[in-house]
Amino acid sequence: MSLVIHNLHARVVGGQEILRGLNLEIEKGRIHAIMGPNGSGKSTLSKIIAGHPDYEVTSGEVLLDGTSILPLSPDARARAGLFLAFQYPVEIPGVSNANFIRAARQARLAEGEELDAVDYYGELYKEMDTLEIPRTFTARSVNEGFSGGEKKRNEVLQMAMLKPSYAILDETDSGLDIDALKIVAAGVNAQRGANVGMLVITHYQRLLDYITPDVVHVLVGGRIVRTAGPELAHELESKGYDWIREDLAESASA
Amino acid sequence: MTDSLLQDAPASATLPEWFRSTKTAAASAFETLPMPTRRDEFWRFCNIKAFDPQDFTPARPVAREISAELVAASNGLKTSLGSFVFANDQLVARRAAPELAKAGVVWLPLSEALVSHSDLVARYFMQTDSVLGSAKFQALHGASVKEGSFLYVPKGVRLSAPLEAFHWLAGSGQAVFPHTIIVAEEDSSVTLVDWFKSAGEARNMACGVNDLHVGSGAEVRYVSVQEWCRQTVSLHTNATTVAKRGSSIHLGLHLGGAFSRSESLSRLTGAAARCDMLAATVADSAQEFDQRTLQDHRSPETYSDLLYKNTLYDQAKTTVSGLIRVEPHAHKSDAFQKVRNLILSPDAEANSLPGLEILADDVRCSHGATTGEIDAEELFYMQSRGIPARDAYRLITYGFLNEVLERFPCDTVRETLQETLRARLRSH
Ligand SMILES: Nc1ncnc2c1ncn2[C@@H]1O[C@H](COP(=O)(O)OP(=O)(O)OP(=O)(O)O)[C@@H](O)[C@H]1O
Ligand SMILES: [Mg+2]
Repeated sequence: MSLVIHNLHARVVGGQEILRGLNLEIEKGRIHAIMGPNGSGKSTLSKIIAGHPDYEVTSGEVLLDGTSILPLSPDARARAGLFLAFQYPVEIPGVSNANFIRAARQARLAEGEELDAVDYYGELYKEMDTLEIPRTFTARSVNEGFSGGEKKRNEVLQMAMLKPSYAILDETDSGLDIDALKIVAAGVNAQRGANVGMLVITHYQRLLDYITPDVVHVLVGGRIVRTAGPELAHELESKGYDWIREDLAESASA
Repeated sequence: MTDSLLQDAPASATLPEWFRSTKTAAASAFETLPMPTRRDEFWRFCNIKAFDPQDFTPARPVAREISAELVAASNGLKTSLGSFVFANDQLVARRAAPELAKAGVVWLPLSEALVSHSDLVARYFMQTDSVLGSAKFQALHGASVKEGSFLYVPKGVRLSAPLEAFHWLAGSGQAVFPHTIIVAEEDSSVTLVDWFKSAGEARNMACGVNDLHVGSGAEVRYVSVQEWCRQTVSLHTNATTVAKRGSSIHLGLHLGGAFSRSESLSRLTGAAARCDMLAATVADSAQEFDQRTLQDHRSPETYSDLLYKNTLYDQAKTTVSGLIRVEPHAHKSDAFQKVRNLILSPDAEANSLPGLEILADDVRCSHGATTGEIDAEELFYMQSRGIPARDAYRLITYGFLNEVLERFPCDTVRETLQETLRARLRSH
């Protein structure tokens, strides 16, 4: 059981190629981290997996537990078990956070089946307490006027409420203060387990102190160029990306 | 001639003399005034040719069984201090909490108030001339009106819950002339909701007028929910005057009708008077909504804020013409106006016509109209949570209009309106 990305090539619709033969396998129960320089294609990878219409896959595959998700609409992918915590969560004016998450839960029920409102709110409040999100956030419009850190907590809240089998967290640590980072990491760790595979995109080793990855990858120029254990994150933290780029240049000219 | 529409409206002899002569004068004004055309400034973009008032006759009373059904179907607010149910301009049900009479509140059908409180009604009945184009229809209303709500709130009385009135229209080829008068004396506070509904699908006409008078320091919150059937032609004129430090909130939820014209004037006559003018409109199929407003600042330090939002599906059409006028002595006034159109179909048409006439100094004023589609990133965000595109569209559209409802400060009313809006959007 895994999310397999196989030799993925993708570009902006009618434009520039961003992913150039990317391979990655995220097994259920494991946490993979991706690091990489700005503009290397990390967010694009996550959006392509989620089905963003700005991008087109020119070749390769994305398989969720063996089935291709590329023909599916973004909502069908989500219902198949995929979740993306956005680097920049979107504001939706006039739609309360509670109604939004409720609509997402309702979408997972069979036709004609109704969500139990009492159970739903009970669960929502419990998850909000874990993430230390005040109750007033249920009535506020989705992400509207939320601080950067509040938006990130709200992404993790949605993940907790939707219980995906594969979750991609795109820079969920950016914008969080040190206390919030611990709270959010605890929230993510609480969801860690045999039934979920995670891909954590980050620029900072610090997050990986709290959410320990099984594997660390480096993405440069639309490809995974290095894969190793958690020690790789420490190495990047002290040395930056230039040494990897130099290695790549050498092996290319060799 | 205009016979069919005006003939069977002989004012009852029990009605006060002033009212009967007003009616007569209005009838001749209606006959003299020309029918507006699109060439008139206030009728630009309007499909006024689409109807002829002569196609309708004053509504006949409905049969007993039908009025009983309409009363049963008059489900509005969860709690209210009083309610009227009118069917074809006839009172068919009424309720008033004892608290109202105890506080000296007058809550009467217009036909009764005209007899029991003649002088009081005379002071407020149609005292504002039409300023937004509908002089002819206002005259028609004046000539034909026979029923409506009269709500008088004495000085200092702050009502703890809203009141509501249902105006039903039944039959075919019928015309109703609903009227609502609110008089809120100094430092009083009141909320009233008018529901306009049809008993079935048929071509009918409604021609209504409101007179809302907000005394010094008083608060009036007024809601009109327009849910006429899809063949009804509706023309509604609202005149609100606000005395010093008074505050008016007027919210229109426009959902029904074939052609629906609403004119709304907020006249800020006293210093530091305030008005909020809000409207949320759902337009689909070939519906047309035509809204004309005037924020009329006549005293210093007055404040007006207008937010009108339209969502358009199919071949629907909306027009919002919003004027702001600040009189020379109305210094230090604030006037804001925002019109937002959400277009959900390439065949829909949204027109926005802002106008400013600022004659005072030291005025803060802003106005703007935007027209856009569903934001692709909002849609993707929703879909990425598993919400199908169609549901996401509906939810985003709801949110767009709900921003208007959110501005209404009374929770029980707002929740009912949100439910009404959700029901309206269910088919999209
Ligand atoms: N819709 C688009 N149109 C044009 N260019 C795009 C589009 N989406 C992404 N790109 C480009 O693709 C490259 C990869 O962007 P992406 O957002 O994936 O980077 P990233 O690795 O997430 O960077 P960061 O660390 O700064 O978040 C960038 O050069 C970006 O400008
Ligand atoms: Mg990124």
